[in-house]
Formats: sequence, structure tokens, C-alpha cells
Amino acid sequence: MKKARAVRAALVLLCSMSFAAAAFAGPDDAQIEKGHQVYNKWCFPCHGTGAGKPGTASLAARGQKPAVLEERTDLTPTVIKAFVRHGVLFMPTFRKTEISDADLDAIAAYLTRNNKP
Amino acid sequence: MRLPPGVSSHDFSSALTQFANAVGKEWVFTSDDDVNTYRDSYSPFWHEPEEPIPSAAVAPDGVEQVQAVVKIANNFKIPLWIISTGKNLGYGGSAPLLGGSMVLDLKRMDRIIEVNEKNHYALVEPGVSYFDLYRYIQDKGLKVLIDPADPGWGSLIGNAVDRGGGRTPMRDHFDAHCGMEIVLPDGEVMRTGMGALPDSKTWQQYRYGFGPYVDGLFSQSSLGVVTKMGFWLFPQPEAYLTGSVTVMKRDDLIPLVAGLAYLMNSGIVLGTTSVANPLAFARRDPALAALYAKPGGASTEELEQYAQEKNLGFWSVELPFYGPAKVVAAQWEYAKEKFSTIPGVKFTEGTINRFPIKPDELPQFNSVAVGIPSLSVFGVGSARSEGHIWFSPIIPMTGEAILEAQKVFTDAYKELGMSMGPMFFLGPSSNYPRCFLVLFGFPIEHDIEKNRKNRENFKKIVQVAAEHGWGEYRTHTAFMETVAQTYSFNNHALLRFHETVKDAVDPNGILAPGKCGIWPKHMRKARA
Amino acid sequence: MRVPPGVSPRDFSDALKKFEETIGKEWVFTSDDDINTYRDSYSPFWHESEEPIPSAAVAPDSVEQVQQIVRIAGAHKIPLWTISTGKNLGYGGTAPLLGGSVVLDLKRMNRVIEVNDKNHYALVEPGVSYFDLYHYIHDRGLKVWIDPPDPGWGSLVGNALERGGGYTPMRDHFDCHCGMEVVLANGELVRTGMGALPNSKTWQQYKYGFGPYVDGIFSQSNLGVVTKMGFWLLPEPEAFLSGNVVVGKHDDLFALVEIFANLMNSGIVLATTTVISPLAYGPDPELAALRASGSTKDLEDYAARKKIGYWSVSLPFYGPADVVAAQWAYAKRKFSVIPEVRFEDRASYRFPLDDEQLAKIVNPVPFGVPSLQTFSIGGPRSQGHMWFSPIIPMTGEAVLEAQKVFDQVAKDLSLNGGSVGGFPVWNFFARAFVIIYFFPIEHDVEKNRKNREVFRRLIKTAAEHGWGEYRTHTAFMGDIMDAYSFNNHSLLRLHETMKDALDPNGILSPGKNGIWPKGMRKARA
Repeated sequence: MKKARAVRAALVLLCSMSFAAAAFAGPDDAQIEKGHQVYNKWCFPCHGTGAGKPGTASLAARGQKPAVLEERTDLTPTVIKAFVRHGVLFMPTFRKTEISDADLDAIAAYLTRNNKP
Repeated sequence: MRLPPGVSSHDFSSALTQFANAVGKEWVFTSDDDVNTYRDSYSPFWHEPEEPIPSAAVAPDGVEQVQAVVKIANNFKIPLWIISTGKNLGYGGSAPLLGGSMVLDLKRMDRIIEVNEKNHYALVEPGVSYFDLYRYIQDKGLKVLIDPADPGWGSLIGNAVDRGGGRTPMRDHFDAHCGMEIVLPDGEVMRTGMGALPDSKTWQQYRYGFGPYVDGLFSQSSLGVVTKMGFWLFPQPEAYLTGSVTVMKRDDLIPLVAGLAYLMNSGIVLGTTSVANPLAFARRDPALAALYAKPGGASTEELEQYAQEKNLGFWSVELPFYGPAKVVAAQWEYAKEKFSTIPGVKFTEGTINRFPIKPDELPQFNSVAVGIPSLSVFGVGSARSEGHIWFSPIIPMTGEAILEAQKVFTDAYKELGMSMGPMFFLGPSSNYPRCFLVLFGFPIEHDIEKNRKNRENFKKIVQVAAEHGWGEYRTHTAFMETVAQTYSFNNHALLRFHETVKDAVDPNGILAPGKCGIWPKHMRKARA
Repeated sequence: MRVPPGVSPRDFSDALKKFEETIGKEWVFTSDDDINTYRDSYSPFWHESEEPIPSAAVAPDSVEQVQQIVRIAGAHKIPLWTISTGKNLGYGGTAPLLGGSVVLDLKRMNRVIEVNDKNHYALVEPGVSYFDLYHYIHDRGLKVWIDPPDPGWGSLVGNALERGGGYTPMRDHFDCHCGMEVVLANGELVRTGMGALPNSKTWQQYKYGFGPYVDGIFSQSNLGVVTKMGFWLLPEPEAFLSGNVVVGKHDDLFALVEIFANLMNSGIVLATTTVISPLAYGPDPELAALRASGSTKDLEDYAARKKIGYWSVSLPFYGPADVVAAQWAYAKRKFSVIPEVRFEDRASYRFPLDDEQLAKIVNPVPFGVPSLQTFSIGGPRSQGHMWFSPIIPMTGEAVLEAQKVFDQVAKDLSLNGGSVGGFPVWNFFARAFVIIYFFPIEHDVEKNRKNREVFRRLIKTAAEHGWGEYRTHTAFMGDIMDAYSFNNHSLLRLHETMKDALDPNGILSPGKNGIWPKGMRKARA
């Protein structure tokens, strides 16, 4: 139940998000670079560009623009972490043995790098 | 705190402390948030109390730590559910079969110990995914192919021990393994095959060793924790060629499949192919839909005529060839000669790709066929899919069997009030030699009623298959018991054999209780 | 009357009577004359008291009879030694490992239950020999090949269970099996793989079934009596082509084997062949002298002068005529990186062969035709042989190292036979070489003792270098299992755990492959 609630909350947040992410202490370039690497390993195969990327295809089919996560500027660390740890639709959960908390922070830093303050 | 069945909270706390001492506090997971990441993301029990939720998870990072964990679990009689990457989502993900089990998560053990490009093998740990091994090989420029399972984040070891299949000539993943290292339920570490010989030079080159060949016991099994496993790799071939064979009449399926079986069993076609029914993809065409909607359904003649008019063909197979460019060309020529006895057969010349093939050279869905892992298979449902599980019977590699299975399952679906609509059917595929695997996707939804109905239907379909002599090669944890019960020859003699071995090797019953229908003595139900 | 160890004469008589009631008096053998036919014809213990001689033999004719015999043996704790045709003479023949065991002879169970030439498989009983199945197929004109091992009188079931090898693309006989029926030590009947599903349609088409895949533990084993087994057959190919690759320098072996391994592992060469040194053979006294003392350079010069090459490998290709031609052309292109490599076109056939063609082929085994030609090995005066058969890596380095190491053992123990290329390497199995080294058996106590000592030394030396044997004669099973000792014999201890659980009375083939029942187990050092 708890999972479902959290996912629904995150989903609502994601879909209604046209506002800018809250300002936070900006991550440094090293962390963004690390986040890029972790993203490439764990997220790109589903959310990247090109054919055969089910995450991208699913977001596109549901009207999300842009559908590629790397191109977005509206994601917040909270939302990113909620999806990674709780999953959504056919996206499964990811465990700390796969993506550690530190790696997840780095992914968040990478995916929010272009957010307007 | 959730407890393992039959374990007191005092004992469990003591065990957790010992686990923390063995692997480090940060690698023992007990909080709800952490435990939730081990639940089955595609659970057919969503929002139902039957969902088997683990009590905790422990993630060792070395064989010695696995041994320590197993010994502690043995002392406290704590059931452990073993996962490698836990990403076989159509068959149960990272969740245990028995609620309250502790998940033994091997993902941190992700070392690629060796890749040899002269004798073409790899030795890896369970946390290594197809993506990991692919990148390793690419980075080093080694001239070997891997054979990924459909989702590339899967574990080579996990997929092979669950007897998964891929698409290249090394597609039978369990058959392509060579040598295992296993931690037994008493915490002892053992090596199989030539690995039993200290400092063996051929652990990944000769499978059997000396004496009984035990590796198979550790597949789809609860007898040990596999901590290393060798895999034979395919040397990077010169070329990959595909050619399609299309036939126009329903009954042409018989010679089509006979020809395919001949080519496969002769070693001329060595990869996975599927028998496709182009009409199935044209169902949205109103003209075809009208034919199907007629009282009594469409006749074979009408369908054949439709296929002829639309230039679709009634059946088709796409043949994959791997090898030197001139050899694959000669193989395709020979295949055409074989199939040319079927009147009206059509051949579509495929493209020839030269290795090394880049990921963007082929449609992503085909990239696994040339050894490039991908996640494209997760597009099987719709954009709103909340998951899927597979019903996966094995049927003979004959046209007659396909026609029979098609009729039997279509009738069963109808009787159960299921349409092929939300269900989907992937044509008979040659992921294993000499037989066909048929995959039926069952959608998972976050809807209790729908899931209940689907579970009932799944169980009925398993029975229907068994009545026709077809059994499943693998199944979701929720249906392991159901499937195991169909393998009942001589009053469940094989299952009783498994139980005897289980009791001898794992007397406390701590490893994966219930896996594939095998329960430890104290949890075993009386058989009717 | 000889009695099984630990069994009283009275109990044994009772058991024999029950055996007779079960299978008929004429199929229980107790006379010395009859028992002698169950002795090892090539025993390394000829004329010695250690020769393990059976106490009796029983020959059931059906699964039900096997079940009853096993139950009677269990009740009386009588050790049974199971044989199919008992004709693997290089590895022990019909004789038990433990003297006094009762031989359970399955030869009468010789039914060919099914041969399917659409899905290319056979289901047979243990008494069916390669000759039997070949004739069955030939008589019906079915378009499938069997894969015989060297002696054609062997049992398909027995050879596969001992993990023997043949010559065609189906050469790994255990790997080519699909589905078993097994009588367990308690008399229960189990079917494996899809056979566990009643009325299964795919018992011979999908190996694994559901749950743990148990078949392997009945190979080289004493956990059950296999009463039926399925085998995948090769569809009759269109053509065969063989090409010989000859290289002139000692060090060319590295590239030769590397390319060979690539062809094998790529599925281009799928059948058995051997990498040899032509210098190892030939009666020329000059060559013999060079072998004994010559330098590599001298041997290379000799090879060049006589145009025989330093190493050669003959490549077999099976398949459509145009495909095998393209495969041979590709192989030549690959081997052309070796300077001065030579290629020789060898035999080429279209199938089926007619009787006249067949009569001209000395060794038809690679074409799916069983034969006894291999028994000419050792010369016309031979009294038998046994094999030392270690697995080594499929690399030139390993071939040379093994050669050197085993030569040294031969020299140390002044055994004649060691020479360049004297330990031929074969690819009976995928991805590794197996050395098949010939040991003569003679009716000479001293010579046999010496040979046994050499054999044991070879096992030890091999183990020190990380090489283990794939199979062995009953006389050396304990020695070899001892060498597979990783982590204080943890694999053997698992075998023992299973043996005790599945055969608590220890009645099935005690001592086989080094696995003893609890009561007979020696303390490990």
C-alpha cells in the first residue's frame, strides 16, 4: 500500500510539474559527471534516445515532452529517487545494491543539471 | 519488523546482528523502504495479503561472506531466497516465494574474473549483467560475442541457472555454461566439473569432470548458492545473414517446420527463430476482422485467400545464419533449395551484416540476436503496462503441434472468457534445440479482481497444457507449485527424488523454500 | 560359491532364489563358467588375487524385473554392478569394481522403442548396441545418423552414461541425450526431463523439464539404473568433406591450434579429429634416431625434406555440398597466416553411401556406421589395452607441455612409447583436448604391476599440472577421484551425501568413480 501511495504521489508530482525545481545547493561538476556515468549504466538502456527504449516510448505515448529524461529540466531529486526506489508502471524498483544512495544522488544531480533555479 | 516463518524476533535480531558483522551494517536491509525494493514489481498479488514480502535482505560481497551468511542462516534456520540481479521480472523479480524469507542479494558480487578470446569463455560472478559483460568486452576489443537474454540487465548466472534462453548459437544458456562454484547449505564451498581439480587448467573448457555431473542439480533449484560460473562464448563471426521464408497455405506449415527442424538439427541454422503468422499482425484490418467475426469464424480458404490478396503469406520464418560470409550465403541457398518443394513459397533476401556490428545498425529488438544487450523487450505491453508474467509451455517442433496448440489454447482462452486482446502470444520459438517454446504474456495490473482472475486462468491453462502433454520450462514463483504438480509421472517420483536430495543436502531447509515446488521436510504438505 | 562381501551364504542363496523367481532360473548365472564371462577380458590384474570377480550375474528383461531385482538386493544388502553391454573394454568391461558384486546385466533389454526421423531422435533400452540401432535405421531407410564410438558393440546408454565420445557432430554422447528413465536404489521408477510429465509430447525434444535437472548425476555414477534413454540424432547430411592442414615448424603449433579452436568454437568444424605430428610415426631409422636425440631444428629439416610436415590436422566438414566447400575454403583462408602452410584435399562423399563405397572405407565410424576396426589397435598379438585419458586445454602451449611432462614420466619409469607426438590429442568434446594414451594389458603379472604403477604416477603428475582424466578403468577410479580434491574433497563429499540419501544400503555399484557407500568408506587423510 505504502509503495502504491508513494508512486501515485510521485506520478502526480511528475505530471503536474511545470514549475521549476526548488533551489538547492548546486552539485559540482564531478558529481554531475559521475551521475552521467551511472545514468548511462542504469537508465540509458530504457530511457535513452534511439529505437528500442521502452521507458522513452512509454513517456512519449503518455504525452510527456520531452520523453527523454536527460532533456528534461523539470525533474527534482525527490521525484527521481521516488521512481528509482519505488518503480512506476512497468518500471521496476531498483535496490541499493544496484544503485547506491550516493549513485542515486549523482543521477539526480545529472538529471537536474539544466534546471533553472 | 516482519519475521521469517518460525523464527522468533529475538533469534532474528541476533541473526541480523551476526549478518551485519559478516557483511557490514549497510548491507543488511531491514527498513520498510529498503525491503520494498525487494518486492516483485510485477507481483500478481498486488494489494493482496498473499504477496510474499521478504523480512529483510542481505548483500554479501565475496564467497567468504556468502559462506558466513549461509552458516548464520543455518544456525537460526532462516530461509534465504537467492537472487543474482533479481531482474527476471516476468518470472518473479527479486521477491521470494515464501513470505518472510530473507533475500540473499548477490548483486554486489559483480566481478568479471576472466574473458578468454582464444578459447572463448568467460568466468563471472552472479552480479554481472549482460550489459556489464558486453561493455567489458567492447572496452577491451575482444573478439567474442555474448548471448544476452532479452532484458540486458539480467545476470548471466541467474538467467542460466533458471535455464533462460537467448538468440545466438549459444542461446541455451544453461547448456553453454562450463563449471560452477557453489556454496552449499552447510556453508561449504564446492567447485564442479574440472574445478574440483585444484588449480585445474580446464575449468571453463571441459564440463563434466569426473564422477557424477552435478551442475544440473543447481539449476531451477534450492540446493546451493552459485557464486561463480563459466560460460562458453561464440567467437565473433564474420557475418550475420537473415532470410525469410513465407508460405501461402495453412497446411504448408507442416513442411515449413519439417524443413526448419532439419536445418536446425543439422547445425545449419543455429540461432533462435520464430514461426510467425502474418495474419495475426493484420487483425486490425477491418476486412480481416470481418472475416473472423463471421458466424463460425473464418474458413481456412477465406484466410488463405485474404493472405494471398494482401501478399502476406499464411506462415513465415526468418532464418538467422552466423559465420563466414560465403558460408552463410551457401547455407541460405541450401535452405531455399530445401523449402522450394513447397508450392508458392516466397523468399525474402535478408541483409548481410558484417561484424563488428554497432548497436544502431539493427533494429533494437534484433540487437540481442547479434550479441548486443538491450531492454527493448520491456516494450511488449503497452505504454500503460504495469507488468507482465509469462506462461511458457514447450511443444514439439512440428507443424502439427503448432496447429494443435493454437486450437487448444484458442479454445481454452475462449472458454475462460479471455480474449487474445490484453494477452499476447509470441510465436513458437527455437530458443532451445529440437523443440518450440511458446510464450503467452499475462498482464499484471494493480487491480485485485483482475489479478485474481488472471491467476485462476493461469492455473487452468497450465492444466490444459498438461492434459495435452505440454509442460512449462519455467514459471513465476506464484505458479511453481502448480507447474511442479503437473510433472507427476509415477506418483510424483521425480519430485520425491528432489525432496530426498533436498533433505540430505539442506536438512534445515534454509535455501529458497518452495522453489520449483520443492519444500523442505518441515514445510512439506501431505500429497493427496 | 563366491559370496558378496558381508553377505552370509544363506542370505545369498535366499536372494538368488528370489532373483530366479523374478526373472527365470536361466537368467541367474552362478556357475564358474558363466561367471568367467563377466570377468574383465583386459583386466590389469590378470593372474593376481586382486582381480575383482563377481559372485553371480542377473539379467532382467524389463523395467519391472529391474525394479524387483533392486528391491531384493536392497533387502539382502547385495551389491549390484550395473552393465549395459559391458563392452567398454578399455575402461573395465563387464567386471565390477568390488569383487563379489552381482553383475546386473541389462543386455537383454535391447528394445529400440522409437526412432523419429522428423525430429531426429531415438529412444532405446540399455542393451541396444550401435550395431543394433544402425541396422534398425538402415532396414527402414530412415534418414538419420547415429554417432558410434570406436567399438560398435557398445551400448548407446552405457557409453553416454560413461560420457564417451564419437566422431560426428553428435560426438558428445552425454550431451546428445534427451530424457531418461531410471530405477532408483529403492526400486522406484523415475523419468527425467519432460518424461516427468505424464504422456509428455517432448520427452526426447527438450532436455530439462521443470525444477532441478538431475540427469547428470546418473552419469559416471552409482545412484540409479538407467532403463531407457533418449538420444538426439543427426539428420543425414548431404555431404562430407575433409581437408588436411600441414605446417612445417615446431612453433607453428600455436597458430594451428588457435585457428582450429576458433573454427570449432564457431561451429564450422563440429566433429572429432586429432592434431598429430607426422614425425611421431614411421619406421625410418633416421627418424627414430632424431626422435630420440635430435634437436627441433633437425626434426624440422627432416620434416621439410620428406615433405611430411611437423604438425597436421585433418578437418572434417558435414553438411550441404556447397556449404562444406565454403567452410573448407574459409578454413584455408584462416590458416594461410601460417607461413608455408600446405593444404591437402582428402575424402569427399555424398550420402547415402552405397554398399560398394562403404566396403572401401577402412573406418566408417565418422559416417555413422559402427565398426570394430579399432580393436586392431595394439597389433594382432595384443592381449588388450586400457586408456589413460586426461583433458588438457585446446592450446598449442598445453599440447607441448603435456607432451613434455608425460614423456618425462615415461622416461623416469623407463616405459617405452614416449616420443614426439606420442600423446595424440583429440577433440572428442567441445572446447578441450583429450589425450588418449594407450596402455597395453598383458597376461604377465610383472608387466601389469609396472603398468599400474606408471598409470598411477601419470594421474598424479597430471593433477599436479591441473589436468584431470575424463574417465578411467575401474582399477583407477579411486585414484582419480582423489585428485579431484578441491576444498577437502567437497564435491566427493556431496556425492557421498547423495549416495547415502538415495542408496542407504549402498547396493548400487559400490566404489564406482570413487564413491563408496557409508559402510565401505575409508577415512580420508
